[in-house]
Amino acid sequence: MATATAELHAARAHGESGLWSWVTTVDHKRIGILYFVTAFIFFLAGGLEAVIIRLQLMRPENTLVGAEAFNQLFTMHATTMVFLALMPLSASFFNFVVPLQLGARDVAFPRLNAFSYWVFLLGGIFLNLSFVFGGAPDAGWFGYANLTAKQFNPGHGIDFWAISLQILGIASLAAGFNFIVTIINMRAPGMGFMRMPVFCWMTLVTSFLIVLAFPVITVALVFLMFDRLVGTHFYNVAAGGDVLLWQHLFWVFGHPEVYILILPAMGIVSEVLPSFSRKPLFGYPFVVYSGIFIGVLGFGVWSHHMFAVGLGPVADSFFAVATMLIAIPTGVKIFNWIGTLWGGSIRFTSAMLFAIGFIAMFIMGGLSGIMHASPPTDLQQTDTYFVVAHIHYVLYGGTIMGIFAGIYYWFPKVTGRLLNETLGKLHFWFNLIAFNLTFFPMHFVGLLGMPRRVYTYSPGMGFEGYNVASTVGALLLAASVLFLIVNILTSVRGGKVAGHDPWDARTLEWSIPSPPPPYNFARIPQVVHRDDLWESKRAGKPALQGEAAGVHMPSPSYWPPVAALGVTLALAGLFFNIWVTVAGVAILFVGVYSWALEPPSH
Amino acid sequence: MKQTSLRRPQWIRRALAAGLSALPLLVAAGCKEQYPQSALHPQTEYSDQLHQLLLTILRWEVGIFVVVELALLVAVLRFRARPGREVPNQHHGHTGVEVAWTLAPAIILAFIGVPTVYTIFRTQAPAPPDALTVEVVGHQWWWEFRYPEYGIVTASDLHLPAGRTVNLKMTSQDVIHSFWLPQLCGKRDVLPGRTTYIWFKPVTPGLYRGQCAELCGASHANMRMQALVETPEGFEAWVQAQQAPPAAPADSLSALGRQTFTQGLCIACHTITGVSAGVVGPNLNHVGSRLTLAGGMMPLTDENLRRWLENPPAHKPGSLMPFQGLTPQQLDALTAYLRGLK
Repeated sequence: MATATAELHAARAHGESGLWSWVTTVDHKRIGILYFVTAFIFFLAGGLEAVIIRLQLMRPENTLVGAEAFNQLFTMHATTMVFLALMPLSASFFNFVVPLQLGARDVAFPRLNAFSYWVFLLGGIFLNLSFVFGGAPDAGWFGYANLTAKQFNPGHGIDFWAISLQILGIASLAAGFNFIVTIINMRAPGMGFMRMPVFCWMTLVTSFLIVLAFPVITVALVFLMFDRLVGTHFYNVAAGGDVLLWQHLFWVFGHPEVYILILPAMGIVSEVLPSFSRKPLFGYPFVVYSGIFIGVLGFGVWSHHMFAVGLGPVADSFFAVATMLIAIPTGVKIFNWIGTLWGGSIRFTSAMLFAIGFIAMFIMGGLSGIMHASPPTDLQQTDTYFVVAHIHYVLYGGTIMGIFAGIYYWFPKVTGRLLNETLGKLHFWFNLIAFNLTFFPMHFVGLLGMPRRVYTYSPGMGFEGYNVASTVGALLLAASVLFLIVNILTSVRGGKVAGHDPWDARTLEWSIPSPPPPYNFARIPQVVHRDDLWESKRAGKPALQGEAAGVHMPSPSYWPPVAALGVTLALAGLFFNIWVTVAGVAILFVGVYSWALEPPSH
Repeated sequence: MKQTSLRRPQWIRRALAAGLSALPLLVAAGCKEQYPQSALHPQTEYSDQLHQLLLTILRWEVGIFVVVELALLVAVLRFRARPGREVPNQHHGHTGVEVAWTLAPAIILAFIGVPTVYTIFRTQAPAPPDALTVEVVGHQWWWEFRYPEYGIVTASDLHLPAGRTVNLKMTSQDVIHSFWLPQLCGKRDVLPGRTTYIWFKPVTPGLYRGQCAELCGASHANMRMQALVETPEGFEAWVQAQQAPPAAPADSLSALGRQTFTQGLCIACHTITGVSAGVVGPNLNHVGSRLTLAGGMMPLTDENLRRWLENPPAHKPGSLMPFQGLTPQQLDALTAYLRGLK
């Protein structure tokens, strides 16, 4: 009888199988999978754009793509990677892992969580529709005013860009609030903040950064939209506006955004290293505090993106020193990771290799960052390929490698199957070598005078060899992703059965079956230690939880996607048809009201 | 514990040695001729200050890089799991170690931060009063240079006298650009509605290449320039030639060229003193004496000029200079006329 009730509830919470169940799901694990699949497809799209960019630059005066198309490609490459690939890939881990690590049955607001995903998906599609409707945005992912003004950019690309970033911002803000509330309120009994896994800590810090930084870019984008659609003059110099207003607003958002991209990967690495060293994270409180410190300082360094603007020696000095300070907590993190390895018993799984690769590559990115934290040296490096090298060491060598580590680490929990380790190791080495072949030469070609964002360069500048190396590397790097794709596709059904704790890990998500039941925990765990699962395993307590009966879970709902559609149409209609906006607002209204009046479960 | 503290100085020494030996590799990546736009080959005191600071930072960083990556490598190799090995000691941390590796980067940063601030104030001090002021105006996609002292307006080729400080006073006519002559100075953004400055003293006569460094639209990659540093006498001669009125057509073909110029769209945008007064495009008074055309995109030759006049947007995407459908004869004439404007 009890089992029957459990099944009944489980069936409701999980929805039925099939496409409709995925549309209406409010289960954080399924939403996590949706985020992952969607963001991975965008990641491949952004990668394809990068490959075309590299092919164009392989030779001087190449004519594979024209100037306009090239500007669209690098704008879309960066916008896609930042907003549609890296952030949502991190979000997929937040979604899947955080409630499990907290010992919770879902996030605080499951339907809001679904809403975030659908808004993200529709915003991403809307941005990419620009390729079909009159040209993609072409003013860079940073969209400096006044190149984005109607006068200099009469097409609709910038409108697509400005509006889809606002749509995506809504998704990020909703998710940010959701995870703050979840982490603060839904920790299992006994899990004080200082017993919380570091990945949850980094999610918390990232979520605060999101809710504090996104309003700033929203303001900047609203000004831009007003300038373009209504004819206001926020950035119009001729009418008394100021082009630097955009730069300040953008980078007050933009620099914390960099930490929004890297902190989740740091959190992943802080989980993977202890598991495969079979040691607790070295200096846990220092890792946590330095993460918070990085997040706070991230709001005080924005003008280091503007050293060439000429803000004066006092401002330059202040922002230089503030930026250099960030090296301290970052260094502390790196030293503690090495301290975690030190004295451990290291198993070289694919996840561990990527985590170690993350540290090795992130050191590079951090050190080159200090070079342009110094304004005088930055005057030679900014807007050159040197900075392209730097950001890719941080965001690929760092974030993407961290995310790859997370994929290999948590895949067995998501699917119940292990990824193939041979393919995983091939992926790692291929990826590491191709990555360095692509981006290491960019340091040199930048210092030797090659600016960024140029679709062509003359022969005889000494750039040729470096660009050939980067292009070959990029092609290999693109190919290396195939190892991962093949691995995922074959392992999801045919991989070795993982069991609930394949890595002899330390945190709560490994105390429940793989894949977890819809309700996650049959009974909410009582947490006594920091690495609670590890400690209870050592104490000889049974790790795996039993079956549940009568767990109350929220029901599926199709109102979140309806509301998401309303939001998207309402904003999208602003520049091409006001009636679409009217329809969007109506749909949003219906969606939100029905959502509010809908009972949480049947 | 004792062992490691004994070994540390040796480590640091070894790392520094490795770092210092790597440096010349980077710096001697090639000679100046091989890399005409290189930031690693400073040619003025200004750019040398930036370069010396880079080397200071690099010295520290190569040392840090070697030490930290080696530590990582040693940890990974030394502590790999072996069969039969027990669960390692569950070591949670060590406050003393944490304090040490918080202070160590802070101290190193002081060695980077102090010279940084010093260099900032030195390079951004006010220009000396006897400096030659050149007004730089950024346009989509070419650089305009005005010499108020001499009443000269030119484009793309920046003529400078060796041995005299030049103070560039910069603004933009349209979007944001960034002025960058790597061997003479760093970058300085050129903004609409604002004035920015950069000053330096060229020493060695020669040709120095540069280009716009801030994305400014379709032909951002084609917004190039070169600085021609000349001996004081050479510069004086150039000034006098530029101050002369534009040459009259020397033959009938050139005369036809001038007619084409005045009857076509050219006069709407270009100035040739006594002929036209447009201000949208570059001043053409002495266009024939320049080394490059179309915003520094190509060398100025008869052939290039003719191809350019025939269809500008085909060579320079987004070019504001339109296709005018000139006949072959008109093109020949216009080329001859403009080439004659020495």
